[in-house]
Amino acid sequence: MPTTPAVPRHQTVFGFPVQRLEDEPLLRGTARFIADLEPPGTCHVAFVRSQVAHGRIVSVDTDAALSQPGVVGVYTAGDLDLPGLGEVPPLPTGPRPVLARPCLAGDRVRFVGEAIAAVVAESYAAAVDAAEHVIVDVADEPAVVDPLSALEPEAPLLFPDHGTNIVREETISTAEDALAGADVVVSARFVNQRVAAVPMEPNGTLAAPRDGGGLLCYASTQSPFQVRAGICRALGREPDEVQVVVPAVGGGFGAKGGVYPEQIVVAALADRLQRPVRHVETRSENLVAMSQGRGQVQDVEIGAKRDGTLVGLRVCTVTDFGAYAWRGGISFHTSTLMATGPYRVPQLELSAYGVVTNTSPTGPYRGAGRPEATAMLERAMDLLATELGIDPVELRRRNLIGTGELPLTTATGASYDSGDYAGALEHLVERAGYAALRADQEARRSAGDRVQLGIGVSVFVEVSGSGSEYGSVRIAPDGHAICTTGSSPHGQGHETTFAQIAADVLQMDIHDIEVVHSDTAVVPRGTGTFGSRSGQLGGGAVVTAGEIVVDRARRLAAELLEAAETDIVLADGRIGVSGVPTRSFSWAELAAHAATPVGVEVLGEDGLFAEDDFEQSRGTYPFGAHLAVVELDTETGKVTLRRLVAVDDCGNMVNPMVVAGQVQGGLLQGVAQALFEEMSVDELGNPQGTTLAEYGIPSAAEVPSFEVGHTVTPSPRNPLGMKGIGESGTVGATPAVQNAVLDALAPYGIAHLDMPLTSLKIWEALASSAGR
Amino acid sequence: MVLVSVEVNGSSYQHEVEPRTLLVQYLRETLGLTGTNIGCDTSSCGACTVLLDGESVKSCTLLAVQADGAAIVTIEGLSGPDGALHPVQQAFHEHHALQCGYCTPGMVMAAVSLLAEEGQLDERGVREGLEGNLCRCTGYHNIVRAVLACAGDRAPAGAVDAVGAVGAAGGAVGAVGAAGGTGAVAS
Repeated sequence: MPTTPAVPRHQTVFGFPVQRLEDEPLLRGTARFIADLEPPGTCHVAFVRSQVAHGRIVSVDTDAALSQPGVVGVYTAGDLDLPGLGEVPPLPTGPRPVLARPCLAGDRVRFVGEAIAAVVAESYAAAVDAAEHVIVDVADEPAVVDPLSALEPEAPLLFPDHGTNIVREETISTAEDALAGADVVVSARFVNQRVAAVPMEPNGTLAAPRDGGGLLCYASTQSPFQVRAGICRALGREPDEVQVVVPAVGGGFGAKGGVYPEQIVVAALADRLQRPVRHVETRSENLVAMSQGRGQVQDVEIGAKRDGTLVGLRVCTVTDFGAYAWRGGISFHTSTLMATGPYRVPQLELSAYGVVTNTSPTGPYRGAGRPEATAMLERAMDLLATELGIDPVELRRRNLIGTGELPLTTATGASYDSGDYAGALEHLVERAGYAALRADQEARRSAGDRVQLGIGVSVFVEVSGSGSEYGSVRIAPDGHAICTTGSSPHGQGHETTFAQIAADVLQMDIHDIEVVHSDTAVVPRGTGTFGSRSGQLGGGAVVTAGEIVVDRARRLAAELLEAAETDIVLADGRIGVSGVPTRSFSWAELAAHAATPVGVEVLGEDGLFAEDDFEQSRGTYPFGAHLAVVELDTETGKVTLRRLVAVDDCGNMVNPMVVAGQVQGGLLQGVAQALFEEMSVDELGNPQGTTLAEYGIPSAAEVPSFEVGHTVTPSPRNPLGMKGIGESGTVGATPAVQNAVLDALAPYGIAHLDMPLTSLKIWEALASSAGR
Repeated sequence: MVLVSVEVNGSSYQHEVEPRTLLVQYLRETLGLTGTNIGCDTSSCGACTVLLDGESVKSCTLLAVQADGAAIVTIEGLSGPDGALHPVQQAFHEHHALQCGYCTPGMVMAAVSLLAEEGQLDERGVREGLEGNLCRCTGYHNIVRAVLACAGDRAPAGAVDAVGAVGAAGGAVGAVGAAGGTGAVAS
């Protein structure tokens, strides 16, 4: 096996697969997650959750629970009187209070699992036991549990005062008839099923009164500043009165972004009781209380000329927000933004509706709208290829946006930066041995083999890194650098990546860089880790701040050495006159000078410190091409994924090892949606997967090793030429695998099946096809 | 309350515990060994895997009283007397076999047990041997690499499947990222 090269001392480490600096405590079991934190006097919360999907709360009787041993208190919506949570992102027309998500359900429950009361006790066991004694009387109302039914005129309304279950709407039209001029039109309905994020660590919060007033909250989150803002708003506190610290976080995948009702309740309880209060979800709670992903029904018509040239696309999507508008708008908008993908689509008609249903709320989950858009387009492309009798790779080739056409703004408003989509596809075709795979497939088909081969391709472009992020660099008195980021990791390897970026700018050893993050009392401001943003935005801020620090160091050294600033260079960890080692300073020496009156006169009070908020309003657009090979047992319907080949392009890579890890993890989540996972509810809205025994996420035994490769097309939009990589794997793999299975099924007259492509679903389709 | 006597990471302990106490709760709450994590309620995820008399068990599937008289090793007890990482921990580090790290203690303990039990391990054997331990971050790719590396020369030639050679982020990609231009890169 190749091993990672040692980190070169005093050399640039940008671009090297440096082994992670944050691994050791995680490997030794000494890292601390929320459930590992229990200050003296901690009391524990068990939430009483709704067991019905829709109903009016008649009464909540807490008397019996209050008399249980160890109970500190039982709190309902009326007791805590917390404001509801608004929509993210908000509409330009302002907040809609009628749609707010309550922290505890007050007059009405809208999904199974919604928190109604919080039981606080001296131990978690006592809290759980007492919660059984809270008597909730709910007058059931009819539930609407799927997004299409929510649109029906007779559908029960979740928010009668809103007058409709539609909470978001987008329409885009570049033509009166998007299919005008097409020789061939293919239409289909795809259901991009709802799935659960399932980070291995569920959500959790610990809040405690802080010495000197205010609250100290530990949260398992991707965005400590959003948690702080939510708590401050709910409790009427100023930002400096609430400190949010993020300990080790066991994964998030988008679902630990924003602020949760439970986090606010825990903070409110700590504030009221003036005691540490902790809540850590059980997995069963997590599978109903954590935001879920996807959940979109797509009606698609795609039109083309006989030669395969796309003419237009007509799309109508209905996205399931679950019970509250809350965070569903993020994926909703992104799915419309990316609707035309990497292709030239001359004419577009798009209408998109976001609806509320009596199910767990949805929100961003790895990809957040891009996997939905990409699956829609890539399934449609395969159906079109079949209709036209053109090889799927060739059809894509004929329609990809060329390098010379970039940058461009799409009809949906996406501002593609740089890319070589065809380059990624050709690299993939070569790497995967596409022609040989097709020959193998043909041989098996001719021989009538029981086990058939399916080959699926997807080409995609996605969006990453919008908004801004904080970063700063400070040279400490001992000469090491403190690099602060507003981003907050949950497994991505920030401490390594940011150290590499700072080391590169400052020409320091990465072990001399201290990366500070995830504490709102130490980091002045920040946005967080989501949308594949941290490297490019947080890294961009660190580069900008680091370059200012280097400039300041050179200015000070020039003054001290009575040399021209242009003659001062940074080399081998020393700052001084080019070619004269005796006339130079170490960082520690320069830091000491910066604190002297001379230093202050030259540099001001800031000394060797700089900060930046790096902004990238248009984002960047990573892309790639993926290919899946599956074997299909035509007698049992069992699908075995044999190969998954991914070519991704995220621009320049700080740490290719970390990048490959992100891709590999993302690929599996794509495979998981394509083949295995679905969060379904019964007709009454009862979730059908509330344990990991029922909601099966794939194990190592279900997948092969992945084949990961890259092309490198830097983005012009940030100093490092980076694009995001956290989500590409999922965006591309989902349709590649789905297409592969349907490719295997093509000879049996099966044009389309929705995900997940389980053995049962395939076997039934085969049986029904054979019976026709 | 029931008296439980166990040896954990080489030290002997005796405690009165509630009969309903799970072994994982005893380890975490009574002994303060919080390196062993809890990821589900149904013995599905393996985050709580420890060694019990040398064999891996999910510590949420046992009551503490059932472990009476047993010798238990948790992730905290795996490193050598000098504090050096166990070879499996070291391999996980070198092969980037962890991201968020939440499944890692259980995954490492399961791998230690698997390596001790199996004379020879190929990729299939590793994947099936770790089937009871779920990871949501890594796609298992580098976990498999790390465990195969530990299996080392016990594995027969060709044990790493054909695609393995291109999968791991290795030295070959070392000089990639700094390249300014557009170009295909083999990793």
